[in-house]
Amino acid sequence: MTTAPPSPFEYAPAPESRSIVDIAPSYGLFVDGEFVDGSGTPFTTVDPATEEVLSEVAAGTAEDVDRAVKAARRAFTRTWGPMRPADRGKYLFRIARLLQERAREFAVLESLDNGKPIRESRDVDVPLAAAHFFYHAGWADKLDWAGLGPGPRPLGVAGQVIPWNFPLLMLAWKVAPALATGNTVVLKPAETTPLTALLFAEVCRQADLPPGVVNIVTGAGDTGRAVVEHEDVDKVAFTGSTEVGKSIARAVAGTRKKLTLELGGKAANIVFDDAPIDQAVEGIVLGIFSNQGHVCCAGSRLLVQEDVHDEVVASLQRRIGTLRLGDPLDKNTDIGAINSHLQLARIRELVDIGEAEGAQRWQPACELPERGFWFPPTVFTDVSPAHRIARDEVFGPVLSVLTFRTPDEAVAKANNTTYGLSAGIWSEKGSRILAIADRLRAGVVWANTFNRFDPTSPFGGYKQSGYGREGGRVGLAAYLKEAR
Amino acid sequence: MSERLSVRKTYKLYVNGAFPRSESGRTYEVTDARGSFLANVARASRKDARDAVVAARAAFPKWSGATAYNRGQVLYRVAEVMEGRSAQFCEEVAALEGLSTSKARAAVDAAVDRWVWYAGWTDKLAAVLGGVNPVAGPYVDFSLPEPTGVVAVLAPQRSSLLGLVSVLAPVLAGGNTAVVVTSRNRPLPAVTLGEVLATSDVPGGVANLLTGDAGEIGPWLAEHDDVDAVDLTGAPAGQAMELERLAAGSVKRVLRPPAEEPDWTADPGLSRLTPFLETKTVWHPIGL
Repeated sequence: MTTAPPSPFEYAPAPESRSIVDIAPSYGLFVDGEFVDGSGTPFTTVDPATEEVLSEVAAGTAEDVDRAVKAARRAFTRTWGPMRPADRGKYLFRIARLLQERAREFAVLESLDNGKPIRESRDVDVPLAAAHFFYHAGWADKLDWAGLGPGPRPLGVAGQVIPWNFPLLMLAWKVAPALATGNTVVLKPAETTPLTALLFAEVCRQADLPPGVVNIVTGAGDTGRAVVEHEDVDKVAFTGSTEVGKSIARAVAGTRKKLTLELGGKAANIVFDDAPIDQAVEGIVLGIFSNQGHVCCAGSRLLVQEDVHDEVVASLQRRIGTLRLGDPLDKNTDIGAINSHLQLARIRELVDIGEAEGAQRWQPACELPERGFWFPPTVFTDVSPAHRIARDEVFGPVLSVLTFRTPDEAVAKANNTTYGLSAGIWSEKGSRILAIADRLRAGVVWANTFNRFDPTSPFGGYKQSGYGREGGRVGLAAYLKEAR
Repeated sequence: MSERLSVRKTYKLYVNGAFPRSESGRTYEVTDARGSFLANVARASRKDARDAVVAARAAFPKWSGATAYNRGQVLYRVAEVMEGRSAQFCEEVAALEGLSTSKARAAVDAAVDRWVWYAGWTDKLAAVLGGVNPVAGPYVDFSLPEPTGVVAVLAPQRSSLLGLVSVLAPVLAGGNTAVVVTSRNRPLPAVTLGEVLATSDVPGGVANLLTGDAGEIGPWLAEHDDVDAVDLTGAPAGQAMELERLAAGSVKRVLRPPAEEPDWTADPGLSRLTPFLETKTVWHPIGL
């Protein structure tokens, strides 16, 4: 691709100020309402856009997790469990409001720690996190009307392990329904993105949430394992890779622990020849390049009807050429930094395999910053369904383009995956959209849109993308005793 | 006048709408509650289980794609046909479970009524479990329950008919297809139920019944990549944890066994429907 001549209308830098956040040089664990030292070797968390060390964070050991679970159990038995449901709801309303009040602070901190563009953390992650608390707050004293049987009862202590792609939002998806249904929580944030969870701990204190209701234990995989395997945990909720999800399912086998898993995906985004191409291209870009493709429901397999393939790919390439990659805190940035060098290595490996297997790689002329972890938006054409880049979750800004001729072929190819989290359909024909949506084996189907989320809308996968739902009325079932 | 010599039945598997013997050629002896010989029953093998999964997978698109009204009528038809053969079921249940005629009769009646209960659920599930989600934006967004897929069921070991129907009917009502391993020592009503299913408009492959040992076949089904969910209700004591571990390998939905076999006469509610239902959420923009 030839480089476009410099435009006289080049964007000036428009960085969001980071002065609104005050990052401490080190953080402890949040247990029983207090910040305490961890027993493990502390680890650092870096800004993936600059590799600057942001802070040093405590690592929780099995003993620390045990203290946190004990605190959660005490809170469940003595304060949170016996509390009037309406009051539990009021605490959640408080938290929702505090998140809104401190929204800019959370957004900047999230972009610093995760590398995602401020536009996304500011407009998507943080508002949705607040919305999740607001939505679930209202459920706290209305569970009898949730259709889950009479007098639904909480499970007890929930152990929750969340990923690094939407750190605060995934926290909200886990903590809000757990608390609304009367459970207490031990949460393990991702190793590379612990900071907004620790700021959330401060929000819990400002809300006067009783000690032990929310406990946050930072650390790596061992800490997560200790949470999952702790004997006094009644519920395990995990969002992350399918591989780890399987090991968690094995670990809780034969116990009383209730398990919900939200795992990987390899979503098909199906474009029919009658689709509004410009709109579809926007949806494709949103589907795979938002959040650098670090999205479990990303539309990573583009299935285009053969007769519009060339038109769609050309239009897509033109649009990708206008995407701005760089400083996550710049308000004009579309694509931020890859979250970690480990993830960057995985993306590079799969992209190399894609080329080696015969697919055609295309990337726009795109200057990458010298420091930090970066990967340009990438499109593979001539992809066969057998290629690794058509089967494996890349979890990066990498799109594989495949073609189909008939609706039946589109459905067959879309469903030809072990995953089943999400899918997209682009067509102007209503009856076709409904017929295809009906036949796709995926938990969320976006038609003529993509990557939309709402606390009222259940989210979760079919097949090896996991089980259980988050959000909506059915999401409450994950945190309540089996309804008869 | 001499008494007529009865014609005995050969008890075979029910797979893909047909009644094959086990490909392994194996049978085992089934006795009544007092230990008297009743029949040599086919003892399903790993290969039979795999064949049953293939049949259940092939039957899934049509059964899950049928209208809820149609599925309801088919399941109601099962109740109708069962009712007509209740004498035979009573005899088998009484012999195997050691029940009095009146108690066996009550179990058979309850089993027939259970089909009726689930037949009525098929076209209510979407309204009760799904709905429109009031999202904060210009979108119509709705969620609806869909069947999980192929469900492997280890049927209860004690309740040979009511227990079996109680675990099979909800799987089918939700639109799933099933591979069932019947009670090992009390399999005869299951074989007769297969004959009912075969004559009740239930498409071949939708319900497959394997007589034999859950302890032997269970692990193969729990591990099978083309099985989407397992119901471990009839898992042999001490084996449930291992089966759940095997099921984790392909992220199967697992219904854990109760501490002891429940009272199957109790109102089942939704507890056996929801474990084998997924929620699908569909979004579409609203605009001119």
